[in-house]
Amino acid sequence: MDMTFGEAELAFQQEVRDFIAANLTPDMKRAESLNASVFSEPEAGVPWQRALNAKGWGAPGWPVEYGGTGWTPAQRWIFETECAHAGVPSPTPMGVKMVGPVIIGFGSPEQKNYFLPRILSCEDYWCQGYSEPGSGSDLSSLKTRAVRDGDEYVINGTKIWTTHAHNANMMFALVRTSDEPRQQDGISFVLIDMKSPGITIRPILTIGGDHEVNQVFFDDVRIPASNLVGEEGKGWTYGKYLLEFERGSGIASAKLRKALHRAAAFAESDATGRAIEDPDIAIRMSEAEVDIDALEMTELRVLSALQNGQNPGAVSSILKLRTSEIYQAVSRLAVDVIGTDGLYVEPTRPLHRLNAPPAIPEDELAVMPTHLNGRAYTIFGGTSEIQRDIISKLVLGL
Amino acid sequence: MDLTPSDEQRLLRESADRFIHETYTAKLREHNAKEPFGFSEGIWKQFAELGWLALPLPEQHGGIGGGAIEVGILMEAFGRGLVSEPYLSTVVLGAGLVAEHGRDDQKAALLPSVAEGTLRLAFAHAERAARADLARVDTTARQDGDAYVLDGAKVAVLDGAAADQLIVSARLANNGSGSLRLFLVPRDAAGLTLADYPRLGGGRACNLTLQSVRVAAEAMLGGDTDATPAVEAVVDRALAAMSAEAVGMMQTLTDKTLDYTKVRKQFGRPLAANQVIRHRLTDMSVQVDEARSMALRAALKADADAAERGRAASGAKAKIGKGARFVAEQSVQLHGGMGVTDELDVGAYFKRLLAFETLFGGSTHHYRRHAALSGRPV
Ligand SMILES: Cc1cc2nc3c(=O)[nH]c(=O)nc-3n(C[C@H](O)[C@H](O)[C@H](O)COP(=O)(O)OP(=O)(O)OC[C@H]3O[C@@H](n4cnc5c(N)ncnc54)[C@H](O)[C@@H]3O)c2cc1C
Ligand SMILES: Cc1cc2nc3c(=O)[nH]c(=O)nc-3n(C[C@H](O)[C@H](O)[C@H](O)COP(=O)(O)OP(=O)(O)OC[C@H]3O[C@@H](n4cnc5c(N)ncnc54)[C@H](O)[C@@H]3O)c2cc1C
Repeated sequence: MDMTFGEAELAFQQEVRDFIAANLTPDMKRAESLNASVFSEPEAGVPWQRALNAKGWGAPGWPVEYGGTGWTPAQRWIFETECAHAGVPSPTPMGVKMVGPVIIGFGSPEQKNYFLPRILSCEDYWCQGYSEPGSGSDLSSLKTRAVRDGDEYVINGTKIWTTHAHNANMMFALVRTSDEPRQQDGISFVLIDMKSPGITIRPILTIGGDHEVNQVFFDDVRIPASNLVGEEGKGWTYGKYLLEFERGSGIASAKLRKALHRAAAFAESDATGRAIEDPDIAIRMSEAEVDIDALEMTELRVLSALQNGQNPGAVSSILKLRTSEIYQAVSRLAVDVIGTDGLYVEPTRPLHRLNAPPAIPEDELAVMPTHLNGRAYTIFGGTSEIQRDIISKLVLGL
Repeated sequence: MDLTPSDEQRLLRESADRFIHETYTAKLREHNAKEPFGFSEGIWKQFAELGWLALPLPEQHGGIGGGAIEVGILMEAFGRGLVSEPYLSTVVLGAGLVAEHGRDDQKAALLPSVAEGTLRLAFAHAERAARADLARVDTTARQDGDAYVLDGAKVAVLDGAAADQLIVSARLANNGSGSLRLFLVPRDAAGLTLADYPRLGGGRACNLTLQSVRVAAEAMLGGDTDATPAVEAVVDRALAAMSAEAVGMMQTLTDKTLDYTKVRKQFGRPLAANQVIRHRLTDMSVQVDEARSMALRAALKADADAAERGRAASGAKAKIGKGARFVAEQSVQLHGGMGVTDELDVGAYFKRLLAFETLFGGSTHHYRRHAALSGRPV
């Protein structure tokens, strides 16, 4: 075992750096540095995904025959680390990282041919319709219904917390197609065109002042039956498979390290009265860094053990749990670093559209919104309490 | 020793709780957020009529002569309602500094107007380089004949734009002492620039710059003596008041979370049926209880000698800061998605408690001060 790079890996690292230098525009970079969310706004995320796709790097995790890169674990790690370090946008994972693997694993040849290229090119912008008002942690109790009517399904019900539904033209959703003794068995996985008649979207503002999530209502919405993925009644299996990707895909440690470096840069600036000289701040920086080191090693261990397209399993819950907790600790540290500048509320969204100088240093603008927005990290994709339940079952055998 | 409230204190609590319950609705908060100063002039007038502005001011200057306990009773209710009227900035800090450090003529000129609700004050002290260090002031006051000329910059001045007069701290520049002074500066003084902004959790604040701001020598608050002890005493009382306000917020959040988890069902049973949720709620309520004890301690010691007062005030700020963080974060977490929306006010309390933690230094700052005041080498 060793952690050093060979010549081929160093050459790849240079290739990634050159690609970023050639494709990351100043506008994208600014949008990303003032982005309070874990996902980028489409105006930054979409062009970045398109640039990646043009290079053949649109979906590194996919099998090569569908457009994956076939990278070694070391290459994936290098790629993610360089991207995080440079501050590239984070396109929403709903396409490449979520619905993509499900279509690859369970979709029909027609679905693969049609949707996969459109995911890679961002021609379709996806959102995830799982949660409902009455079905959050208890997802399998979901009530949104799809009733077969000839060549179509007719959908009625509502989804909530749908991230970027207002930006999306496609939704993948879990819907109830039958009532079974075990409620998981009556769930199907369908693809819904967001422009279908009968869909309405209600925006929901979150505590940081962002419009990211929505409630979506379905009123006799018709979709072609060919938009069913896999078999009717098997949606729960596909949906859970996807959740493992949502929770444990990619290399979160690189982004956390970038966030920590930014907090450290604030702490070393006069704008914060050189907060780093406060021994409490310095020690907390090291505590966060060590947590990130541990996470990074876990991610690398997992990455080494997995082959492309393999399903991550229970470790995805461990990664999600720790990533969300470290993310919140780092964002909180940044808040403590900027001190009373955190009291400043900037209502403009997205922040990068602000064109008057704020009352605090501009590069601090996203610190408090990031912290507020990040409180959702231990809630979305399955709450921390639910992750602990999963770990206790799957890892501890309880 | 007797820790039971007097009849007057009980009545004050009842009337404050009733007022907040009946008047200070989410709708009013929404309205206040759109007001130019972030609060309602009408409510401020009502505060004056209810005698709340006069409450802690000395009787010989139009006040009622109450103390930190009475202020704490009001502030706890204000915390429950997320009140954004500038009580802390005008009454506790502003009038508190005038009463503590001002000359008799200044008290007579200013305090009755504060009590009547016709004069608002703000304390412009914190500076960017100082972080939470109260002693670090780089703003200077240069004597120039019969006047002083102020130069410097201040941050996070609570309700500065709403104030008629700002109490600005500065160090004497040209008579060699570097000693701290406070000056009364009209908000529209020449050379004073305000960058006013909406404040996290409600109300407003501003950063300000002073460029050759000239004030008459009489505008110096008090005699020609160092203002540090007065600043420390008044800030300690503000910490006690803020601690009580935090208790009101923490209690409200805990109540709301308890109610929600009893009603919201997942997996066919209320969230609160899960032991992990029950224990979390228990820890929250223990934090509220300890916070209540520390806020009371800080209020009871608000007029004690400097070290004892400071240890109680910093102890309260430190401990309640940690507890507030726990209670606020868990309240959001246990509400799930609903907790991070603007549709419930859980998030509003979360943000106000975050502002509480940030103002006048966080928990570690205050543990460090506590240690120093206790003779521990830090
Ligand atoms: C910003 C954001 C973005 C989101 N994006 C999407 C999206 O794009 N698509 C989508 O489908 N969903 C999305 N979600 C929804 C998210 O998955 C749910 O919020 C989450 O699953 C929790 O459900 P809930 O909000 O109903 O909370 P609840 O399930 O009501 O949980 C409330 C609290 O109770 C706890 N709890 C619940 N059951 C138990 C138990 N058995 N034991 C112990 N504790 C328990 C929870 O951990 C939580 O703390 C998003 C949510 C947020 C906040
Ligand atoms: C130093 C000492 C002095 C003692 N003195 C006396 C004495 O004078 N007289 C006397 O009668 N007894 C005495 N005890 C016994 C003491 O009361 C028991 O040890 C105690 O009640 C726990 O019981 P247990 O040891 O059987 O542990 P268990 O009950 O087996 O508990 C083991 C662990 O499981 C946890 N646990 C158990 N049930 C639950 C649950 N429902 N939910 C969550 N967690 C749970 C416990 O909190 C504990 O962490 C003493 C014990 C000690 C260690």
